[in-house]
Amino acid sequence: MTYLAKPKLHHPTLPKNKAGFTRRDYEGKVSTLCAGCGHDSISAALIQAFWELDILPHRVAKLSGIGCSSKTPDYFLGNSHGFNTVHGRMPSVLTGANLANRELIYLGVSGDGDSASIGLGQFAHVMRRGVNMTYILENNGVYGLTKGQFSATADKGSKAKRGQVNAEEPVDTVSLALIMGASFVARSFSGDKKQLVPLVKAAIAHQGAAFIDVISPCVAFNNHAGSTKSYEYVREHNEAVNRLDFWPTREAITVDYAEGDVISVPQHDGSIIRLRKTHPEYDPIDKVKALEYVAQHAAKGEVVTGLLYLHSDSEDLHAHLNTVETPFNRLSEKELCPGAGMLEKINAALR
Amino acid sequence: MAKRIESVNAFVVKFANVNGSGSASANELFAKAILRMGVPVSPRNIFPSNIQGLPTWYEVRVSESGWLGRRGGVDLMVAMNPQTWDQDVKEVDTGGYLFYDNTKPLPQTRFRDDINVIGLPLTEICNQAYTDPRQRQLFKNIIYIGALSALLDMDAGAIAELIGEQYRGKETLLKPNLHALQLGRSYALEHLECPLGIRVKKADNVGDKIFIDGNAAAALGCVYGGATVCAWYPITPSSSLAEAFQKYCAKLRVDKDTGKNRYAIVQGEDELASVGIAVGAGWNGARAFTATSGPGISLMQEFIGLAYFAEIPLVIIDVQRGGPSTGMPTRTQQSDVLTCAYASHGDTKHVLLFPEDPAECFEMAAQALDLAERLQTPVFVMTDLDIGMNQRLCKPFVWDDSRAYDRGKVMTAEMLDAGKEFGRYLDVDGDGVPFRTYPGTHPSKGGYFTRGTSKNAYAIYSEQGEDYEANMQRLLKKFETAKKLVPKPLLSASKEPARFGAIYYGSTSPAMAEALDALSRQGIFVNAVRVRSFPFQDEIFDFVVSHSKVFVIEQNRDAQLKTLLVNDAGINPASLISVLHYDGTPITARFITKEITQVVAALNVRPLKKDKAA
Repeated sequence: MTYLAKPKLHHPTLPKNKAGFTRRDYEGKVSTLCAGCGHDSISAALIQAFWELDILPHRVAKLSGIGCSSKTPDYFLGNSHGFNTVHGRMPSVLTGANLANRELIYLGVSGDGDSASIGLGQFAHVMRRGVNMTYILENNGVYGLTKGQFSATADKGSKAKRGQVNAEEPVDTVSLALIMGASFVARSFSGDKKQLVPLVKAAIAHQGAAFIDVISPCVAFNNHAGSTKSYEYVREHNEAVNRLDFWPTREAITVDYAEGDVISVPQHDGSIIRLRKTHPEYDPIDKVKALEYVAQHAAKGEVVTGLLYLHSDSEDLHAHLNTVETPFNRLSEKELCPGAGMLEKINAALR
Repeated sequence: MAKRIESVNAFVVKFANVNGSGSASANELFAKAILRMGVPVSPRNIFPSNIQGLPTWYEVRVSESGWLGRRGGVDLMVAMNPQTWDQDVKEVDTGGYLFYDNTKPLPQTRFRDDINVIGLPLTEICNQAYTDPRQRQLFKNIIYIGALSALLDMDAGAIAELIGEQYRGKETLLKPNLHALQLGRSYALEHLECPLGIRVKKADNVGDKIFIDGNAAAALGCVYGGATVCAWYPITPSSSLAEAFQKYCAKLRVDKDTGKNRYAIVQGEDELASVGIAVGAGWNGARAFTATSGPGISLMQEFIGLAYFAEIPLVIIDVQRGGPSTGMPTRTQQSDVLTCAYASHGDTKHVLLFPEDPAECFEMAAQALDLAERLQTPVFVMTDLDIGMNQRLCKPFVWDDSRAYDRGKVMTAEMLDAGKEFGRYLDVDGDGVPFRTYPGTHPSKGGYFTRGTSKNAYAIYSEQGEDYEANMQRLLKKFETAKKLVPKPLLSASKEPARFGAIYYGSTSPAMAEALDALSRQGIFVNAVRVRSFPFQDEIFDFVVSHSKVFVIEQNRDAQLKTLLVNDAGINPASLISVLHYDGTPITARFITKEITQVVAALNVRPLKKDKAA
């Protein structure tokens, strides 16, 4: 935790993005999490991603549940509206917010207690519904704010700080998201910003439910020997299946790699995701194989990271519901009220 | 020979059927035909929690005087369900009538001597006329309606007209239905003594009234009131509300040019998700509601507290049923009053509206959407199964085209640019209601972080006791402001000076009106107030103190509104006498009259009339 507030004045030479904002404009309040917390690295990656994408900060709505992870939306995009909702229920509130105004960018931040225990149902259903959002799960396998209880993503056999061994099977949020119909599924590691930033950018550009499970070690309660969510364990067992480059709309691709190792996937908005394969046999377009691959490697104690699944032609909830383009919160009685004349007809039919 | 009840345009017919046998639409046809004759009717479904096979009843009260409450008692039983035969036969008033299918003879012991039995070989007629088993079942219902039309001297033209409207353009269905109607009618005219002592005579007492159930009316109110997001989870007796919203929106809310919808309906995975969706939409500036019943309210508690404390507009329509737990899911009660008034943990109080009938379900649903945004808080529309799922004769719906939605205090980008101070929880004009901004309003001003934890007036996280207290006090002030905005109680003054008062609300209304009339005819004069909302206005307190005793009539066990009156309006409990009806059936005028008469007698008050006579 940093006790010194950052000065509000920005250095005039700070570089600006195309939207005219410096990176500092994407920051928020000073974090109150523990020094070294993986979640703060994720906040930094989010700041970087939004800045690089030239997104107007106030056009992002950030929603979260309850827990350490859910506090983080206060620590980035300080001029955006945020909503720290109810434990495990961020997905429903975000769904409603998204229905009210389809023009904003929706970021959901949650933790493993919030998403895999109390909120498992809402997590699954928001994926099913295809709500257009980026869902970041800051996964540390432990309850931080209540001081160190196992969460439902803790691996079977992993050891708590006080020595207890977890006897229960873990909830694999990536597999669940795949089964539930998420159209963009990734896993990353808070300690690997190079991997995480492009994944976040691609998730934001994705039309539909985009889910990123980010292993994010808890330095206070889950960073010891015997933990499978510690910095050391994840670094040693990280199996990145691909590396991602994200190219925004109409921007020339400036880096090239040897053909055969790269897949280019154009997105709805014209942006392009380029995947550099690090495991040649891995195909992120095939959902069934993705499930199989993740399960096989999990059994070996490996943490598979990268873009695990992408369905780029996905439709979102608004498409399913055939809603008008104008955000609902801009519709007035003129568009919404059928009027007295129609009511008289309705009355007549009820006699 | 049993005596015969003789009554024109004032009787009760009860249909005993098997659930899923197609009787509902035939019975509704019967009720509507009487309405078309200008005679008010009030039907009620008494149905089991079941899809097919269990007993179901449809009770139609015919009342030229326009009494729409449940009367109690049965003058004519249409006994179509062998399972409930004994119970049904027992329920008929002495001198009443029992109509049944006499295709198979029943032993004399299964009948009663003091009622009039009318047998008609329904199955036999059906078997002769139809070969398809499904047709035999469905047309059996229409045949008994035909027979009843003769027995009750009804206008066969009115029924034919209704069938014509129902099957307009569907000739293949129209003709056989008309034929079945005629089969029953002709048989009755030919073989039975028509009409009975009870009969329908044309009148002119329906006027321009409409006939609709409260759930459909509330749904239409939400359409007119500008709701764009409806999130719900199926639960009896509220499911038909969301379904009606879907039906009306498909007709009234589709952009003609693009074919796109100006509404979104999400069936949530549970009530928690449903209310969460409504909260999210309300936070982001859309008008949203959820419809549910008691168990759903229990599940929504945490979110209701969030919406109260974070000050987010939210409309919850609670179609109340019998509790606690799963309780009596298909029976009516007013037993969620306290759980809604104080929903969620911590210190909370919520705005409640109590509609009396479908007309008010429409009005109050629309009004609730305004109030929720004006007050930035949850607003409950407290309807119940009796009004929600039964068609009721009521005033036609009214809408003034000059009415604009009250979007409450919303600070725009222009206001922010003009330098207006924004504090999300700052009371700028003394009514306790702060300004809010919609997400995405302005690049550098007006953004804030919404949370269920304590905060200062500028929405900054704060655990300071003074910040917390100031906020809680402001919420109380806001509740005071709500008093000025919610519907006022309505007084019906007795025609003679009255020592007694009565307080009632919601679906008790028609039974109460009738009871007041019956009591005054016995010389017991009672002034009455219909409570239409919570928080309570001062008029209610004044009403209680100006009477020596005040009856509080409710459809729950624990006198929930009375508790609320004592707790929140500072009313002395000693001045209140509860009249409580909670067996799951709608309260009747007979019940209210009897209870009040007994109390008055016990208090040794001689009726005014007798005083005068002496």
